[in-house]
Amino acid sequence: MSETPLTGRARADRSPHSFAKWQRIGGYQALPQALSRHSPDAIVAMVEAAALRGRGGAGFLTGTKWRLMREGAAKAGAGARYLCVNGDETEPGSFKDRLLMEALPHQLIEGAIIAAYAVGATEVIALVRDEYRAAAVALTRAIAEAEAAGLLGRNILGSGFDLTMRVHASAGRYIVGEETALIAAIEGERPVPRHRPPYPAVSGLWGRPTTVNNVETLSAVPAIVERGADWFRGLSRTDEGGTKLYGVSGCVARPQLIEAPMGTTARELIERAGGIRDGRALLAFQPGGGATGFLEAAELDVPMDFAHLKKVGSALGTGALIVLDDRTCPVAAIGRHARFYARESCGLCTPCRDGLPWVSKLLDALEGGQGRREDIELLHMHVDLAGPSGRSFCDLMAGAMTPLKSGLQRFGDVFAAHLDGHCPVGRA
Amino acid sequence: MTLSPATKSAIVEAAAAHGGPKAAMLEALKLVQQAEGYVSDANLAEAALTLGVTTAEIDSLATFYSQIFRSPVGETVILLCDGLSCYLGGADAVRDAVMQKLGIGFGETTPDGKFTLINICCVGGCDRAPAALVGPDRTLVGPLSADDLTALIGGAP
Ligand SMILES: Cc1cc2nc3c(=O)[nH]c(=O)nc-3n(C[C@H](O)[C@H](O)[C@H](O)COP(=O)(O)O)c2cc1C
Ligand code: SF4
Ligand code: FES
Repeated sequence: MSETPLTGRARADRSPHSFAKWQRIGGYQALPQALSRHSPDAIVAMVEAAALRGRGGAGFLTGTKWRLMREGAAKAGAGARYLCVNGDETEPGSFKDRLLMEALPHQLIEGAIIAAYAVGATEVIALVRDEYRAAAVALTRAIAEAEAAGLLGRNILGSGFDLTMRVHASAGRYIVGEETALIAAIEGERPVPRHRPPYPAVSGLWGRPTTVNNVETLSAVPAIVERGADWFRGLSRTDEGGTKLYGVSGCVARPQLIEAPMGTTARELIERAGGIRDGRALLAFQPGGGATGFLEAAELDVPMDFAHLKKVGSALGTGALIVLDDRTCPVAAIGRHARFYARESCGLCTPCRDGLPWVSKLLDALEGGQGRREDIELLHMHVDLAGPSGRSFCDLMAGAMTPLKSGLQRFGDVFAAHLDGHCPVGRA
Repeated sequence: MTLSPATKSAIVEAAAAHGGPKAAMLEALKLVQQAEGYVSDANLAEAALTLGVTTAEIDSLATFYSQIFRSPVGETVILLCDGLSCYLGGADAVRDAVMQKLGIGFGETTPDGKFTLINICCVGGCDRAPAALVGPDRTLVGPLSADDLTALIGGAP
């Protein structure tokens, strides 16, 4: 349990604990401590000292985000303030938040209440993707239990702090997970991203100060309060605090979630997942889900945290390690991602709306041996057009182009070989 | 087809719980779909009327969200994952097998109205690739095999 504070108490069949059972096994110990012993500022400072980085993909420092929210709230004056829980998990390869919501809803709720207290939120809204029905049911039931126990509602544990919490069930579409689109979704607008600034901390849900945090980020909070920032930092092998819930999938013998110290290497994670399946060798891996750049055997020993993976030209993203073996055609693999991102473009920006389907078609043609030499130039052109993050209205497009960009760099010869109608690695 | 009094009152309740009629539009669509299987033009208009929003407003959500169905679907909806991890687990073979068995492609419903097949990514079951979600509870099934489609279509002939 102490080595896996995040998932150690999950049942094997993923059924959630009842409120009473959860309390018996140590749940809801942090909340009374937080409310009675610490000021909101002290909690923010604790999370800052813990070096907790957001687990939604970008790795933004949670303490900094919360401080910005407190500043935004101070300027905004009296009225509602919101904490949104981002439970939209749809990134290809990611399956971590599902477990945290289905099996450990009370841990998430406790983290959300403490976070709300720290940032001064008056309401928590957990957006859960439509496809995670069991998660929405578990969370809704757990919220009712927490309310009945006086941990949500008016004057929580006699502290004078009031808070409500509810679930907003989504209805499909990856873009809803982008934080400004998520805010639009809860308001009942078409969930397309909004311009930043103003940032949500200043003007978010219904124009009020809002913090959006990922499920895993908030689930880590109770243990930080209970056991301290030093302990949390000590769990990690690097400067970024905590354990990380890595998801290992693709060509491994036993695909699975692995909670391990932040900074665990891909080599270790692949080993723990039973190694490359069928005794094959590694071709490449994506360390953090569909929108992260490919790495190869030379990078197997890079500590998997935000800073180290960035340094080698990739990203931790959602910590979803997708493994490709030496029979996997990278053109086909990138093509699968391209289809997904093309389908999920919200349509606001032309290069994303029209560019991604074009890229997807080009990749399908190449995979099928119908590619033309100029198609590879076109693929390069699309990568260049998409440019670095910041050129489009949101990061979906830059993320979508990332596997293609790194694929063209690393597997240019494989792309070229497809022009002659054959795949040098293909699984056939 | 009109909405039942129960569905209508649930829509009214949703408006109170979600912070107003506009914010409850998606929940209203989901309630309609739960009761009727899909959201027809007539029911869309009635849901809008019940909430006091325009049909255009509510349809702007209905046409955006992929899991709101604006045309009829089969008794069992199968959401088959076509993401990379599932592809690496052999999803293409499962896709081909189920398409052949049911005689339909993605986005189609069997003539007997039993099954609708939809592609989706990712369903958060990459550790059980190839994976799918089946039925009203979106139950996660996997790892699927092309030789045995029972988990997807039961004993369908
Ligand atoms: C296209 C797109 C999709 C996203 N989807 C999710 C998601 O499903 N879950 C999530 O937590 N963050 C998602 N994000 C990141 C959020 O915008 C936001 O950064 C995150 O929820 C912040 O939480 P954190 O600070 O705790 O990481 C997405 C971002 C983009 C650009
Ligand atoms: S980059 Fe794509 S998904 Fe993001 S706002 Fe533009 S069109 Fe929409
Ligand atoms: S890629 Fe299919 S469940 Fe994740």
